[in-house]
Amino acid sequence: MRSPARSTRRFGSQVLQLMHDTGHAMFMLLEAAYFMRYAFSKRSRTETATQMFTTGIKSLAVITVVALFTGMILALQTGLELRRYGQEVYIGSAVAVSMIREMGPFMTGLIIAASVGSAIAAQIGTMTVSEEIAALEVMSINPNRFLVMPRLVALIVMMPLLTVYTNILGILGGALVGATQLGVSVQAYMDNATQFATNKDLYVGLFKAGVFGIVITAVSCHQGFMTTEGAVGVGRATRRAVIISFLIILVLGYVITRLFYI
Amino acid sequence: MIRFENITKALGGKTVLDRISFEVSEGETLVIVGLSGAGKSVTLKHMIRLMQPDSGVVMIDGESINDLGRSALQVTRTKFGMLFQSAALLQWMSVKDNVALPLREHMKISEEEIEKRVASKLNLLNLSDAGDKFPANLSGGMQKRVGLARAIIMNPKIVLYDEPTSGLDPVTSRRIDDLIVDMRKELGITSVVVTHDLHSALFIGTRIMMLHEGRIVENAPPEEFIRSKNETVQSFLESQYITKKGKWETGLSHE
Repeated sequence: MRSPARSTRRFGSQVLQLMHDTGHAMFMLLEAAYFMRYAFSKRSRTETATQMFTTGIKSLAVITVVALFTGMILALQTGLELRRYGQEVYIGSAVAVSMIREMGPFMTGLIIAASVGSAIAAQIGTMTVSEEIAALEVMSINPNRFLVMPRLVALIVMMPLLTVYTNILGILGGALVGATQLGVSVQAYMDNATQFATNKDLYVGLFKAGVFGIVITAVSCHQGFMTTEGAVGVGRATRRAVIISFLIILVLGYVITRLFYI
Repeated sequence: MIRFENITKALGGKTVLDRISFEVSEGETLVIVGLSGAGKSVTLKHMIRLMQPDSGVVMIDGESINDLGRSALQVTRTKFGMLFQSAALLQWMSVKDNVALPLREHMKISEEEIEKRVASKLNLLNLSDAGDKFPANLSGGMQKRVGLARAIIMNPKIVLYDEPTSGLDPVTSRRIDDLIVDMRKELGITSVVVTHDLHSALFIGTRIMMLHEGRIVENAPPEEFIRSKNETVQSFLESQYITKKGKWETGLSHE
């Protein structure tokens, strides 16, 4: 059995490690943000464009499927309940408000954290253990400018755009279920949806998406840079990047909603 | 040029370097040898501040690099090129782009000039046909040569080599050794080489330093090194079938 002193010491060292890691991630993020003005300079624009393509275009297929079915499930679940009261026409507003305020940025965040975030952690992790990061430092190339900044720009730009795409497909999925399963015409569904969703809902949702983009970049890059112990370490960094991003996205999603709606 | 003054470094609670002091003069090739875990690569990484000592001072051209700010450190690092054990090439870039990277990042010169300089280094290292290939499509020896081309593209004063011949076949290893010797003879580059391979060390080194359990047990020119009275050195020499009366007495590459 562990003595209380040893447990306390262990807890203390974990808190210190957490503070150290947070400090490192924040410094990395601030430095990358400082270099964002060079995102489209001659030496960085190719990498920035490549990252935007990877984040945005290459994620479209999975986002299409997830967004469409999220809207369809939302419409079906709420529609079946509303039909008991003869109010199924309100599925338009239920789906639109849920998607724009919460589900759009949340689902996009989770998909991007799982696909793009894990890829970032794995790539930077592999570069760390194969000494490519050390080689950049020896060449006096700042890894935060060379690697983190283009990914930060890509995620800040693409996350809100992908969220808009998720919202549209989710709402269309809901309309499809409304029209085929619940007897709500597309026109009635859309009228109801536009009546209740506000501009504020859209802006807050997009703000969330941008924040989630920053979180995914910071966590994934940081985990990549902290990788040790070869292939096992890369696997561990990738898993941690996804889990930590998921947790922060959940907590921040609540905090932002609380800030803007209460 | 490079001076270590009482450098101590511990990793994971174990002392890897224990108050070591030595100097590397301009134009010489210092080879650091020793068993695995002796602190060879750690020593190399201190020269370019990829690691910081727990105590002691690392001096480059008479200036301590321990407390240099980021921009001053970048200036100091421009004096160095480094060939990593794994070559450390960026996998998503072609050979040409890997070699051109330091030029594109630090020099305001035309793309035409960059291509010219890259072609000249690739030619020097017998890689003229490999420019458009990607690192994953190259053999280990070719990757090392590309790594060397990248290390010298900015014409550094000092080149550090971390296990330049590890994992290579004997023929390719000797070719890399020849290149290191040529760097010194033709370009006057100061080199520090970390290796396990004593045959290689005796061929390329103008001085050989052996680390054992974090301490320097020998630091001498090759002809003196093979006659060392130190038991650790003797056992290391014998483990690689090198004897005082062997061919190395007369087969040393340098004068």
